[in-house]
Amino acid sequence: MASQDPNCSEAIHTLYEFLDGELTTGRKAEIQQHLEACLPCFQAYDFEAELRLMIGRKCQDQAPAALQQRVSDALRRISQPGGGIPNL
Amino acid sequence: MASGSWYTPWVGFARMADQERFAEQAMEHMSSLYTAALRMTRNPADAEDLVQETYLKAYRAFNSYQEGTNLKAWLYRILTNTFINSYRAKKRRPEQVDVDEVEDLYLYRRLGALEAAAASRSAEDELLDHFTDEHVKEAIEALPEQFRMAVLLADVEGFSYKEIADILDIPIGTVMSRLHRGRRALQKALFEFGLERGLVKNRDG
Repeated sequence: MASQDPNCSEAIHTLYEFLDGELTTGRKAEIQQHLEACLPCFQAYDFEAELRLMIGRKCQDQAPAALQQRVSDALRRISQPGGGIPNL
Repeated sequence: MASGSWYTPWVGFARMADQERFAEQAMEHMSSLYTAALRMTRNPADAEDLVQETYLKAYRAFNSYQEGTNLKAWLYRILTNTFINSYRAKKRRPEQVDVDEVEDLYLYRRLGALEAAAASRSAEDELLDHFTDEHVKEAIEALPEQFRMAVLLADVEGFSYKEIADILDIPIGTVMSRLHRGRRALQKALFEFGLERGLVKNRDG
């Protein structure tokens, strides 16, 4: 096992940066190596990854059609030549 | 005023082209902006106003937007600034932030202990399925504002640390610490929802 192989507490400490895709390629590979060798850490990572996906999936709202219309109308209004000033 | 009669139509054409370009590119982000606005204001009427104001400001500032850069992040920056400046101002008392006592892997350790006997990954995943959209939304809305924004931008919208730093105008280190604390607080809130609704049992119980 490589001497720079991270231990468990290090792996847990780096969990979010790993899942967020914010680690360097080298660091990511080290963690991956640890996860392949360490079932408890792998399960913790797996759970956190699932949880994150679940949160993203279950926190979505659809903009109401009326709001889309309202915004389109407002944009059209402010973009009109003269901005509402009567034609001469 | 004499120039107005010929000048105005040209401004009009330029604006019309701008508006079409803006609408083409920006409107597709409305549902995701509305989602964030709802979580921030916790109120559909305010969320709608906030989104409309964001679009109007973005449209007016569209010439300062650099084509090819991240339009969605730029819109979020306007949304969060507008929220902080207009909507949050209504609230006078700063929120008490009290999440430090939550440890790493809060939910996993509790659900893991719970499932230890039946011990299967699918059991944990199934447990996560029991949380409804409403549970998750409420839990996020219950987070202190700073953490709520960071968690929304990362976990719901998938922005990078750098993008979140730019949107919220804070250093990357601050993004990481808010995310870390926010996620732990969210796990605690979800666990408590689970307890209240009998989705999960306390490890002692």
